[in-house]
Amino acid sequence: MRYIPNSPEERKEMLEIVGLESADELFRSIPSDVLLNRKLNITEPLAEPEVIGAMESLAARNTAATKPSFLGAGVYSHYSPTIVDHLIQRSEFFTSYTPYQPEISQGTLQYIFEFQTLVCQLTGMDVANASMYDGSTAMAEAFLMAQRITRKDKVVIAETVHPEYLQVAETYTQHGGLTIDTVHFDKETGRILDEDLTKLDDQTAAFVVQSPNFFGCVEDLQKLADKAHSVGALFIVVVTEAISFGLLKSPGACGADIVVAEGQSFGIPMSFGGPHLGLFACSEKYVRQMPGRLAGVAYDKNGKRGFVLTLATREQHIRRDKATSNICTNQGLIALAATIYMEAMGKKGLQEVAMQNAQKAAYAKKQIAAISGFEIPFSSPTFNEFVVRAPKNANEILEKLRTDKNIIGGLPLSWHYDDFQNDFLVCVTETNTKKQIDNLVEGLKAVS
Amino acid sequence: MSIKKVTQHPSQNEELIFDRSQTGRVGYSLPKLDVEETNIDEIIPEELRRDDDLEGVPEVSEVDVIRHFTRISTWNYSIDLGMYPLGSCTMKYNSRLNEKTARIAGFTGLHPLAPEQEAQGALELIYNLQEDLAEITGLPGVSLQPAAGAQGEMTGVMLIRAFLDKRDGEAAKDRRVMLIPDSAHGTNPASAAMAGFSVKTIKSTDEGITDLEHLKTLCEQGGIAGLMLTNPNTVGIFEKNIVEICEVIHDAGGLVYMDGANMNALVGVARPGDFGVDVIHLNLHKTFSTPHGGGGPGCGPCCCTAELEPFLPTPRIVKDGEKYKLDYNRPESIGRVKAFYGNFGMMIRALSYIYTHGDTGLKEATETAVLNARYLSHKLAEDFDKPFASDPMHEVIFSHKKQSRKGVHTLDIAKRLIDYGFHPMTIYFPLIVEGAMLIEPTESVGRQDLDAFVEAMKDINEEAQTNPQLVIDAPHSTRIGRLDEATAARKPVLRWKPDMDSMTKTA
Amino acid sequence: MANNIPENLHYSKDHEWVEVKDGVATIGITDYAQHSLGDVVYVELPSVGDKFEAHEAFGSVESVKAVSEVFIPIAGEIVEANDALNDTPEAVNNDAYGDAWMIKVKMDNPLEADAMLSAEEYEEYLSENE
Repeated sequence: MRYIPNSPEERKEMLEIVGLESADELFRSIPSDVLLNRKLNITEPLAEPEVIGAMESLAARNTAATKPSFLGAGVYSHYSPTIVDHLIQRSEFFTSYTPYQPEISQGTLQYIFEFQTLVCQLTGMDVANASMYDGSTAMAEAFLMAQRITRKDKVVIAETVHPEYLQVAETYTQHGGLTIDTVHFDKETGRILDEDLTKLDDQTAAFVVQSPNFFGCVEDLQKLADKAHSVGALFIVVVTEAISFGLLKSPGACGADIVVAEGQSFGIPMSFGGPHLGLFACSEKYVRQMPGRLAGVAYDKNGKRGFVLTLATREQHIRRDKATSNICTNQGLIALAATIYMEAMGKKGLQEVAMQNAQKAAYAKKQIAAISGFEIPFSSPTFNEFVVRAPKNANEILEKLRTDKNIIGGLPLSWHYDDFQNDFLVCVTETNTKKQIDNLVEGLKAVS
Repeated sequence: MSIKKVTQHPSQNEELIFDRSQTGRVGYSLPKLDVEETNIDEIIPEELRRDDDLEGVPEVSEVDVIRHFTRISTWNYSIDLGMYPLGSCTMKYNSRLNEKTARIAGFTGLHPLAPEQEAQGALELIYNLQEDLAEITGLPGVSLQPAAGAQGEMTGVMLIRAFLDKRDGEAAKDRRVMLIPDSAHGTNPASAAMAGFSVKTIKSTDEGITDLEHLKTLCEQGGIAGLMLTNPNTVGIFEKNIVEICEVIHDAGGLVYMDGANMNALVGVARPGDFGVDVIHLNLHKTFSTPHGGGGPGCGPCCCTAELEPFLPTPRIVKDGEKYKLDYNRPESIGRVKAFYGNFGMMIRALSYIYTHGDTGLKEATETAVLNARYLSHKLAEDFDKPFASDPMHEVIFSHKKQSRKGVHTLDIAKRLIDYGFHPMTIYFPLIVEGAMLIEPTESVGRQDLDAFVEAMKDINEEAQTNPQLVIDAPHSTRIGRLDEATAARKPVLRWKPDMDSMTKTA
Repeated sequence: MANNIPENLHYSKDHEWVEVKDGVATIGITDYAQHSLGDVVYVELPSVGDKFEAHEAFGSVESVKAVSEVFIPIAGEIVEANDALNDTPEAVNNDAYGDAWMIKVKMDNPLEADAMLSAEEYEEYLSENE
């Protein structure tokens, strides 16, 4: 086994030194009747080329990975500068652990500090943590945090939050006495239904809104924040498309108390849904109720600046069952990739990529709206995703588009919303060329 | 004019990226917009757009970014540099082959909502890994959805809760006590709390194992939902009474959850399912070598008995004839713990690890990991206090007892190890040993490195006895000394701002 | 090392001190307690108007790597909390009996403090338990 340095001879000598005759004797403390005493029923060892071959043949069966696609819905195809994947493969980053020993972990601690700063700048918030598993768990943790802060047990959430996020929140909160009430959307605008805002009352811990929402519609966050605050609830904003930060008014500027987001768009491959990156930011006054790790500035005795993990008493290894969360390992290396992405793109790049997404989606939206029988059902402004209403069942159209034209045209809304059998969600990013968009439009014409 | 002398390579003084920013520098390259441009006001009205020009976001070149991260990377210790014996963390070699397979375009470019028939390879990979982990743990129900160990734990205890609620109905309300040993990881009680359990602590014996009598007493008090046990436990000792422990819990009407953090001592040798354990989580980033990445991403599969399987998170990945499918029709499921299907990239790496090792290699890794720890235990026992006499499995615990009388504590020994070129062991954990030093060498360390580590530890002991101040002031070799964590916590500075101090504070 | 235990105060076995004046008790943690905690970095206190039974936890004191609850030795209602400790938690280390008082409590029963340990008894208690 090439990953194990010791030779059989060395191994024998070491066994002798510790007074054993065979490796089996190492396990004498395990009751003999529960020892396996047989080989595991898994493959015999494969050589390096064989492993590559096995993995490549699996990958080859993921035919969707290399096709023109207009899927979004929380996971997005974006350009990532080449240096992102190179830098995260430096041994010093990817083979180190959580920075428990600051003197020999300053590289990790400094990028966490830069990451926290960048997340604050983009979300418009005071403080951000070192990351959560993904956007969905970040949102669930925000529910629990709001419950701790307000000591109220009801969360009101927009129906247009990513359906899988809501499912995760339901799992996380099912044993903590929190109830979740849903606000419907306006079938004309695709935004939150104003009349439903009466569900917010003085028992509400938090009002939770996604923008751009699951249909791609940009919400009027300022108005919704005021509504939440008027009943004493926290305002939690969810963002699944982080590229939108480059163009849209930040949640912080609109009055958000907590912002959670999925950071996958920042240089992270789609990888069939993970590993992705949860962003978590809040107002300074709530920092001690925050889940997750935080890096902060510290000085050594010579006055030299460094960074340490700080405010650790919130966490599970100290406060145990009274901790703000059970989270320990988070998404360290993915947070690094996002940090490199944000810095390489910089101010201008983040603005330009956001603008290109908005422009390309606007172009596609116009072209599709012009196809006979097709319409755009929601009137609100959209960023890089929008809902299309087809003249017949969307599943059938998309299936035909896939088999006849080799295009993955989007996500049927009936995936989660039963009433919308003819609707589908189209996402256009900077990676979709004009030609792909035109082919999509031609394809839709042909199959409808 | 003054000339500044360069006394250190610039890599030692790399500032924050924000201090490097210069207006107009560019580090990216996008194709020109290839569609007709629409007036932006028609797409997003002005009042919904940012008006702060992304204030503070840096502007740097590609070269700036490369140098910045390369320089700060050199301030990190890493597995590739040397032994990283953090107990309970299993810092084993992260193979480059696994990095390569995880980056195959057919994996990285796959959208999770792609039509199932065009994602068969990914689904099959998940399925195959589920099957292998079921075989390794002896527990047939496997979900790879949890993103890390703590989430796997939460999933595990939620399965227990769902099972009890179904079995006992209303009466399950009186069964909400989770027993957890005093030596457990902090995530255990934190996860139990998230599933709505209250925690009772079980004492450890002088031998360093669970106090069976105390366990029985607690069980007699009733209300037992289950037990969360790490095995081998956090002092590196195998719970020899494991079969009886499981029986006691089952007789009390509860279920047994095993924290799989220490599975590197068992793979291919013994299986939790055969002990009587009902549910376990694994850490792919420990036992199955996916990189720790400076604190994640992990992957925390949850493996359980057939009885608990219906409650696993949805969707499940199943095989239907020759096709692999996502099964959302799981009415008894605890629900979803994460969007999509888990940290798929980590699953590719773990399966590559399993394929590379195969049946014989996995066992060899386990044996070597245990032998290495046993070797250190043997070699260090003379100079360092070993609080428990039993033979350790894959990790061994010592205390600072022989050094503290000279004023040298565990923290000092850890910091001095840095000067000798090693990453320190896990310190002050578990809490049941005062001044604990928990050492886990893993199988990825050869005999020369083990001997060098032993030499270093012996030298440090010698220093502690003869020149304690040298150890107390360590480390002496790093670019930064011990940091004032109290001030950092009293006046937290958690983000850069334009008026922030630069590298060296001016008093 | 000798502990600093002022004569005029009442003490609890949880290492809180109490000074009673006109039915109002001022409460903090002892010098011994601050020593065992190490550098105090944060103090969490209740709000004015909160009511407590004797021996309930009224707040917590955090050092870098530990959290300890602080218990109220006598029953009553909070009339003042020392919010200055938000900015200067280090006062707990520097002046445990002075600047680092934590709460003032209107006592339900002004005689309750008499049942607590005297300075002498507290010193004895500490030496027994060391």
